[in-house]
Amino acid sequence: MKAPAFAYAKAKSLAEAFALLERPGARILAGGQSLIPSLNMRLASPELLVDIAGLKDLRGIDLRPGVLRIGALATHAEIERSDQVSKYAPLLAQAVPHIAHPAIRNRGTLGGSLALADPAAEYPACALALNATIVLVHRRGERRVPASKFFKGLFDTDIRPGEIVAGAEFPSVERSVFLELTRRHGDYAIVGLAGVADASGRRIAYLGVGATPVFAENASRAVSLNAALEVLGRDLQPAADLYHSSATKLHLAKVLLSRAWNTLSKPH
Amino acid sequence: MEHAVETTLTVNGVRVTRRIAPRVHLVDFLRDELGLTGSHIGCEHGVCGACTVRVNGEIVRGCLMLAVQADGCTVETIEGLSDSKELEGLQRAFHEHNALQCGFCTPGMLLAAQDLVRSGAKPSRDEIRAHISGNYCRCTGYQAIVDAIEETIHGKG
Repeated sequence: MKAPAFAYAKAKSLAEAFALLERPGARILAGGQSLIPSLNMRLASPELLVDIAGLKDLRGIDLRPGVLRIGALATHAEIERSDQVSKYAPLLAQAVPHIAHPAIRNRGTLGGSLALADPAAEYPACALALNATIVLVHRRGERRVPASKFFKGLFDTDIRPGEIVAGAEFPSVERSVFLELTRRHGDYAIVGLAGVADASGRRIAYLGVGATPVFAENASRAVSLNAALEVLGRDLQPAADLYHSSATKLHLAKVLLSRAWNTLSKPH
Repeated sequence: MEHAVETTLTVNGVRVTRRIAPRVHLVDFLRDELGLTGSHIGCEHGVCGACTVRVNGEIVRGCLMLAVQADGCTVETIEGLSDSKELEGLQRAFHEHNALQCGFCTPGMLLAAQDLVRSGAKPSRDEIRAHISGNYCRCTGYQAIVDAIEETIHGKG
C-alpha cells in the first residue's frame, strides 16, 4: 500500500530538530527501514516526519576510553564494515549479518533499531548483553540510560518526549557470540542469543522471547552448561507466536545456549 | 505542512528538480513522474526487493525511501545501468542461464547481484545466496540466478 499523507521537514541542526519535534504528531525519521513499512501498511499515521539523517553530530564510530561510541545514524552496513566494531565490539559485527538484507542494511540505523525496541531485533539484545549505555539528547543536554533500564515494554523505551537517541556506548568485550534461528535468512528471529564473557563473567541476553530483550540472569551465572540449561526456564517464559509454542521457543533457546556455551567459557 | 517539498536529485546522470509530496516513495516517483518503469513494485513493504535501486552508490529499497529523502542524492536505476553497459556481463549471463522466466524480479535482482560483482569479493554460492536473499524470485527457484552470478564473478569453469 501507499503511505498516508504527512508533512516532512529535514532538520539542519539538533536545535531545529528539537523545535520540530514539539509540533503535534511529529515523529523522527532516520533510516526509515521500519517506520516506512509501517506507514505503507498504515500502522502509523504521523502528522510530521522530522528527518534527522543530515545531523552530523549523530554520526560516526569513535573509540573512547573503555567503550566504543557509535552514533545513532551509523547504518547497519557501516557497522558491518567497521574495523573498530569488529575489534572492540565483535558482538555487533557478528549480529549485523542477521539484520534483514544488504539493501536494508545500507539505510537502517543503530539509533532507529534501539529507539523502536522491536523485541525480535538484534541490537537491543546486544546492548543488553554488553550493558551498553544509550545516550539521549534533549534541548538542555544529554541523559545516559543503561540498556537494562532502557527497554521497558513492547516497542516501549525510556525515551521521553523531546529526546533523540544520539548513540550508544558499548563496553569493549572480546569474547562474544551471536546466534539466531530463522526460517529464512533475514527474517525476524524465532529466537536469538547475544552473549559475551570476560573476567567478570558471562552475560547472555535473548531476543524474540518476550516483549523486550531478556537478560538471562540465572543462566549467565551458572557454573556449567547443564546447570545453565536447568535454570534457563526461570529467566525466560517466552510467549508463543503464530508458529511456535512457548515450549518450542524455550527448547530452541536451550539449543542456542548449548551452541554458545563453549565460546563463553574460559578455555580449559 | 503536507505540501510538496522541492527536491533535486540526479537520476541516471540527469539532474531533476520537482516538487514532491512527502508520502511518495522513491520508486513511485521514478516510475510515475519520470517514467522509469524498469524498477518494479511488488510488496511495498521492503520484503521482495523488486524495487531495488542504487542511491549514492549503494543499493536500497525504492519502497522504503521517500523521494524527498533523496534530495541531493545520485540515483541509478536499471535503465541507467543498462544504457551505461555496466550490467552487460550479468545480463548476458542471466540470458544464457535462463535466470529469469517472467522477469518481474530481474531488474532488482540485477542491481543486487551487481552490488556483489563490483565489490570485488569472490563469494561462494552460499554467499551469493545470502547477498540476494532480499530479492524474491517466484519463477526460477534461484539455481539459475546463482549460476549466472557465479559465472559473472568467477568466469566459466
